[in-house]
Amino acid sequence: MPPKTLYQKIWDDHVVWEEPGKPALIYIDRHLIHEGTSPQAFAGLRAEGRKVRRPDLTFAVMDHSVPTKDRTLPILDNDAKLQFEALEKNCRESSVRLFDMNSRHQGIVHIIGPELGITQPGQTIVCGDSHTSTHGAFGTLAFGIGTSEVEHVLATQCLVQARSKTLHILVNGKRPKGVTAKDIILTIIGKIGIAGGTGHVAEYGGEAIRALSMDGRMTVCNMSIEGGARAGMVAPDDTTFAYLEGRAFVPRGKAFQEAVERWNQLRTDDSAQFDMTVELQAEQIAPQVTWGTNPGMVTSVTARVPDPREFKDPNDQKATESALKYMGLKPGTPIVDIPVDRVFIGSCTNSRLDDLRAAANLVAGKHVAKNVKQALIVPGSRGIKSQAEKEGLDKIFREAGFEWRDAGCSMCIGMNADVLPPHERSASTSNRNFEGRQGKDSRTHLVSPVMAAAAAIAGHFVDVREFDVAHVE
Amino acid sequence: MQPFATHTGLVAPLDRVNVDTDQMVPKQFLKALTREGFGRILFYDWRYLPGEKPNPEFVLNFPRYKGASVLLARANFGCGSSREHAPWGVKDYGFRVIIAPSYADIFYNNCFKNGILPATLPEEQVEELFQRTEKEEGYSLTVNLPNQTIADKHGLMFKFEIAPSRKEVLLKGLDDIGTSMQQAAAIDAYEKAHASTATMYDPVDVKYYSNGR
Repeated sequence: MPPKTLYQKIWDDHVVWEEPGKPALIYIDRHLIHEGTSPQAFAGLRAEGRKVRRPDLTFAVMDHSVPTKDRTLPILDNDAKLQFEALEKNCRESSVRLFDMNSRHQGIVHIIGPELGITQPGQTIVCGDSHTSTHGAFGTLAFGIGTSEVEHVLATQCLVQARSKTLHILVNGKRPKGVTAKDIILTIIGKIGIAGGTGHVAEYGGEAIRALSMDGRMTVCNMSIEGGARAGMVAPDDTTFAYLEGRAFVPRGKAFQEAVERWNQLRTDDSAQFDMTVELQAEQIAPQVTWGTNPGMVTSVTARVPDPREFKDPNDQKATESALKYMGLKPGTPIVDIPVDRVFIGSCTNSRLDDLRAAANLVAGKHVAKNVKQALIVPGSRGIKSQAEKEGLDKIFREAGFEWRDAGCSMCIGMNADVLPPHERSASTSNRNFEGRQGKDSRTHLVSPVMAAAAAIAGHFVDVREFDVAHVE
Repeated sequence: MQPFATHTGLVAPLDRVNVDTDQMVPKQFLKALTREGFGRILFYDWRYLPGEKPNPEFVLNFPRYKGASVLLARANFGCGSSREHAPWGVKDYGFRVIIAPSYADIFYNNCFKNGILPATLPEEQVEELFQRTEKEEGYSLTVNLPNQTIADKHGLMFKFEIAPSRKEVLLKGLDDIGTSMQQAAAIDAYEKAHASTATMYDPVDVKYYSNGR
């Protein structure tokens, strides 16, 4: 057999039907749905008299518009309420499992999939959400789809897909103190550009990736789409298996051992060829801060806001000018001189236990700066929230002046009440700094959880490596 | 789905790289239950001033581009969120063709589900079209999918590439789901063959809200 990449192995294992020169019909092992992109898909099924083929492989959760404050109160946003009701009705009628907003397992779809062990190596996973790439951290082929494709998967448990090209991203060496998975992926996006991975599925490897926890690997894979790659993956290893063992949907005992044996085969063959390879040295990565209106507009915390004239391409010059205008920034401003109005630690990128622990460790005994109007901690799931509370993290955050909220997408997308007001500036651990992403005319700077925590305390961006050396991992 | 063969229409230029789907349909419009009505809010934050007054500085509000049905765009068009609300908005606004040097994968895919042709041309040719659109008021293009050509009435003609399977979907207005359901026997066989592999374990030991199941 010719050598194959991990992607090619999973792909080949899922081809249901294929004709030469045409896209294949591939099988989908897990279909995750949420209130935002599924109502039209169910309506489409209904209009055609079609049924959900595999409700047992379909998992629904409310996350995008859920309130993160008191959930016993009525939902004031009528449109959101109608969407929740539609999801509930659709799931009930189709016998699809629903983690509604009162379920103790509720959380952001890409957080609870792995947390409950719904996500397992070797699977194909889709969801009507571009950050589905997160699940690739387990050696799955996971990617976002549109609502028409959601409808297609509901009806057939399959998807029509053409093979992607393969991109190998190697992060060699050891990650320095204060540099996190978020800084690694932001550096990658800065290097390849936000369209660098278009048409490709990325596989991350190298010592610095192998050394990451599952939480860290998920952060990296999550933002693959911000580099244009629809999916990103990491081959499963002992770290993966240790994470999965004992989780709700993961097989137990002998069945688990057999699964691990199969999962161990999921790696790129030594002589397999990638269409493109990118290499980075972890030692050279510094904490990152975005300054513009897409995740590729990023630089080190030690750097300055760039001058549009530094760019050769006239399109880049224009884009930079427009981004700086939107962001209210002057070229040449040191990143550490940029003040922040609000801090958001949350989202499917950075709201897992590792993230919360690292941030709590940094803020313990300190207090949010006076100029910071709000500092939000939004755990990715109720499971994470409850574990964090067991560890006393909520107390640390509250004492430091942070708000401790319930689980959901929150200020990453601002579909609930957690909106960044016009012209205000955030230090945010989320994934997109697009215009208006967190709120109309709002200004987003993407950073790691420890960088966000440090900015909350200092009131402006700081180099976390110098800020509090004793409490930086 | 509405089949696509040839289309002639007024061109509107959106001179900006990396236009993301958040700009096409901002988050507050993702709470809809239907696929209709997204044309009115397409490019909402760019297109409207407070009180939904048209922003005179936004290109689609220029009188000369009123009624445009061909959208000329720059590289990496449609990046970011997978929201299909974006192509729903593009279509509902009245665009049937987009011309750009490149597209983000998910958006590109979503276009074909909605009878929109996302034509790809090299940067220089797109630049030429931008210049011609700018220069000539009422500039229109004829896009011929069977021949894979884009032409103006002055004799300019560019050929564009498109995967044959994509072309067929648009030409015939195919319903993907119906086509895939013809493979029901293959899907059944796949499920049977894979029923006992690691990826197919039944869930164990979890309490969940399943609405009475």
